[in-house]
Amino acid sequence: MENFEFINAIVLLANFVLVPALSYGSQLALATLSLTIVYGVLRFSNFAQADWMSFGTMAAILFAWLFQSIGITAGIFPTALLALPFAIIVTALFCLLIDRSVYSFYRKQKSQPIVLMIVSVGVMFILQAIVRFIIGPNDRKFFDGEKYIIHALDFKNYFGLEEGLTIKSTQLITVIVALIAMISLFYFLQKTKLGKSMRAYSNNEDLALLSGINPEKIVIVTWIISSILITTAGVLYGLDKSFKPFTYFNLLLPMFAAAIVGGIGSPIGAVIGGYVIAFSEITLTYAYKKFFVYLMPEHLEPSGLMQVLSTDYKFAISFIILVIVLIVRPTGIVRGKII
Amino acid sequence: MNDELRAPIAFTVMGILLAIVGFTQSWSVSLSIINLCIISSIMAIGVNLQWGYGGLFNAGVMGFTALGGLTAVLVSHDPIYEAWDKAGVGIIISTIIFILSITALLFVFRNIENKQIRNTLIILIIFFGLIGINNFYGPSINIIESIDPAKTGFLGGLGLPIIFSWLIAAVVAGLVAWVIGKITLRLRSDYLAIATLGISEIVIAVVKHEDWLSRGVKNVSGLDRPVPYEIELQESQWFLNLIESINFSKLEAINSLTSRQDVLNDLVISSSGIFVKLCYAGLFFSVLLLIFYLSQLALNSPWGRMLRAIRDNEEAASAMGKNIFLQHLQIFIIGSAIIGIAGAMLTTLDGQFTPGSYRPLRFTFIIWLMVIIGGSGNNLGSIFGGFFIWFIWIEAEPLSIGFVNMLAGGLEYDNPLRIHLLGSAAHLRLFIMGLLLLLALRFMPKGVIPEKIQKK
Amino acid sequence: MTKFLSCTNMTGGYGGEDIIHSCDIEVDKSQIVVIVGPNGAGKSTAMKAMLGMISLKEGNLILDGSDISKLSPQDRVAAGIAFVPQTMNVFSELTVEENLEMGAFLRDDNIQETIGEIYNLFPAMKDKRNQLAGELSGGQRQQVAVSRALMTRPKVLMLDEPTAGVSPIVMKEIFERIITIKNSGVAIVIVEQNAKQALNIADFGYVLVGGENKFSGEGQELLKNQEVRKSFLGG
Ligand SMILES: Nc1ncnc2c1ncn2[C@@H]1O[C@H](COP(=O)(O)OP(=O)(O)OP(=O)(O)O)[C@@H](O)[C@H]1O
Ligand SMILES: [Mg+2]
Repeated sequence: MENFEFINAIVLLANFVLVPALSYGSQLALATLSLTIVYGVLRFSNFAQADWMSFGTMAAILFAWLFQSIGITAGIFPTALLALPFAIIVTALFCLLIDRSVYSFYRKQKSQPIVLMIVSVGVMFILQAIVRFIIGPNDRKFFDGEKYIIHALDFKNYFGLEEGLTIKSTQLITVIVALIAMISLFYFLQKTKLGKSMRAYSNNEDLALLSGINPEKIVIVTWIISSILITTAGVLYGLDKSFKPFTYFNLLLPMFAAAIVGGIGSPIGAVIGGYVIAFSEITLTYAYKKFFVYLMPEHLEPSGLMQVLSTDYKFAISFIILVIVLIVRPTGIVRGKII
Repeated sequence: MNDELRAPIAFTVMGILLAIVGFTQSWSVSLSIINLCIISSIMAIGVNLQWGYGGLFNAGVMGFTALGGLTAVLVSHDPIYEAWDKAGVGIIISTIIFILSITALLFVFRNIENKQIRNTLIILIIFFGLIGINNFYGPSINIIESIDPAKTGFLGGLGLPIIFSWLIAAVVAGLVAWVIGKITLRLRSDYLAIATLGISEIVIAVVKHEDWLSRGVKNVSGLDRPVPYEIELQESQWFLNLIESINFSKLEAINSLTSRQDVLNDLVISSSGIFVKLCYAGLFFSVLLLIFYLSQLALNSPWGRMLRAIRDNEEAASAMGKNIFLQHLQIFIIGSAIIGIAGAMLTTLDGQFTPGSYRPLRFTFIIWLMVIIGGSGNNLGSIFGGFFIWFIWIEAEPLSIGFVNMLAGGLEYDNPLRIHLLGSAAHLRLFIMGLLLLLALRFMPKGVIPEKIQKK
Repeated sequence: MTKFLSCTNMTGGYGGEDIIHSCDIEVDKSQIVVIVGPNGAGKSTAMKAMLGMISLKEGNLILDGSDISKLSPQDRVAAGIAFVPQTMNVFSELTVEENLEMGAFLRDDNIQETIGEIYNLFPAMKDKRNQLAGELSGGQRQQVAVSRALMTRPKVLMLDEPTAGVSPIVMKEIFERIITIKNSGVAIVIVEQNAKQALNIADFGYVLVGGENKFSGEGQELLKNQEVRKSFLGG
């Protein structure tokens, strides 16, 4: 019996902390990577990045609806996955259009990063308007296909435990897709000529010019990669939870926090930062009462919820971690500078 | 265009726009817009001090506004004695534990060299601090929030006249700015932006969810007013006389005594609303003038000149031994304090505190737009920006709806596309705002009323 | 008969006052040209002008008979000029080998051969190939910087103070390598503070003062010139 209590406690944590944090962390890591790539190459903090996430997700939802309406689905997988490549193309094209019409001017002027940051606020407004105009500000669920891989009930019955473990298919898809995206990105940056030239440009712009690297090409590739990452992150997040423009906008702070915590400009740091923020958010807002009830002898059982912070303060966690990092190690976990 | 003429022309145009609204819609609407324009201008001056003079990007204007609003509630609302009696001690004790823990943390962090001891101590302090706080805080807020939750369910405030809150809001916002500034102003410039973005989200989370403090999303309404109520006016003789004498000729023309009385009554009712708004406008305008005057004074002092020198060439200034960090900290605190004042004024004007209404676009980024379009580094420009952008923000919604109506004119009345377009039209004003910002940055980066280049 | 690279009558600066005035620099294949002069004389500026990194008010720039004055820096690189700047001349966050690969960015052919040649030229770099360039010593970094420039297989190699901050031994080594490169047919322009040693290996030299050509002549000739000796070579 003692043993069972222990296993129940572990399953409980896995179900409510480990699995959700892994999938949220993967989504955040992808989004932060895109923020970091833009930061590393184009050298500004892009305040519009969370709204690019909305935009990309919206595009995916629209394509998914289109496919569904003409009878195309992906079987047990969500249709949105089928729509993802198309959404990425649309997002990247729009990104490039905005770059041509807005950002490139300031790049040529060699404007201060802070000016570009303010420009990105203008882009943020425009994106928010477009997304709200087309799809509206409300919550949308666009998940279809097979919902669960493991259902709590089956799990309980199978193992004869009190606690069940649920793994939603979106969670598994998230982790797999995120892994593929991250591995491809790192392969691209480390092993391909184009990827290396992106790092070179990010490291030393003048010398990159002197080596014949074409900055315009680097900029285009950067926006394309950023679009791929941010759209993927947005679609995965929306499949897992739901799509709401304001919720997406609010991911900006965790994204920035993750980027700084990991070491701004460093892709590895972005991934680490994404998981650190996600795990902190979930572990610190989880109520551990039931966990301790399983583990502790009856007379020692806690009376309160055993929750460090209420879920209302998710933002506070990103912020507090950010502040701690800024005080203790402003360069971030991986000393970042370039991509 | 002659630069000297820019400001007068800009303000004249603004006046004409407001007058058009007065004539075509109503003077009451026009005055409502003006009141919010004034508050926006004050916020814009706050941001302008930070950005235009200090070069600091504060992405948390919303948070300082909300802090001001909260202060207005805490200063003016009557205390809920029952809540204090039953649970006040618990709240006070948890506050003390909180402050002690933070102080202890800071002390340990600063003074203990040995890493191992330091980390253990930090973990211990956090652990016991949390236990202590949870022990008192949880039960106390449960008690407080259960006291007449439909009406109060919070601790209430000090019961002072609301106008005091304007000053206190400055102090509160300034204190928070001090903490943020201490942490981030030594670091890269974007870190301030991100940290302020974060703190503003936290402030909003606190006022939304700490019901014992602010009633959360249940809102606090019926706040005390610094100006008379319409009903009082309608019942006071001097106001009746005033309205009668203003409209003398108009009333004279009416023959029947009863219909003359009816007309007078209508006039009194509509004028009382306008009178109240005028009172607010007068109050707000005095604050605006005072803040404007003081800002100009400060900026033309040696302190202000040094600030600009630092903004224009940080390296040279630091080489000359100027304490850049301290200057930045000061201007950041002052700017945030001004935003706090505006926040308190806004809540005063609304007569209620609605945490759910604080949105970053409306309260942070629109203010930025005001500063940039008005002219970064020029307080007069910020005032103009405050008026102009708020005006556009208000009028853009009906304009967008009209525009979409025109576009969708060819569609059938119940066409789904038409319904969707009309339903979404209001969001176009975000588009207008974004476009304005981008166009201004591109074609008029110095704004409508540019900063005056100081003679060396 | 003009030289292989001939830059004459260059006048310009960074947007404000002109830094260089009617400045001439010419170099032929298999020739080392050295530019010396006091700090702030405009030596680096003249080099940047030759590369198109600043826009000139006046100047004729001819490479191998064709006008290059309208080309962007990248196109000049593609046309065969390689430049090693005075500062920030390596990709500090890339490995040594990646630095070389970036040097060869414009090339589509097999670069392994060139990398091999460079490892022969600077054997120390072979051992460090997987280390970040930013983690190397100053002398090693200069070698990486020169190697990166050589990866384009340039016709003209321009070096801005390649021996700054390195020991006399390393300096000697770098100069020897430069001579090797010269012998392979490359035209070389060097800006140097170590004027004596540099002029010793120079075929031709320019003394730049206040952005103007003050003296010019064959290396040995300048070394013997009393005035040049007194004012620039420390007696
Ligand atoms: N990027 C720049 N913008 C404006 N002025 C510059 C810039 N770089 C150099 N200058 C100015 O141009 C002049 C010449 O500088 P340059 O770097 O060409 O000198 P130099 O001869 O290479 O000196 P050193 O031996 O110290 O390297 C100096 O007065 C310098 O202040
Ligand atoms: Mg130089």
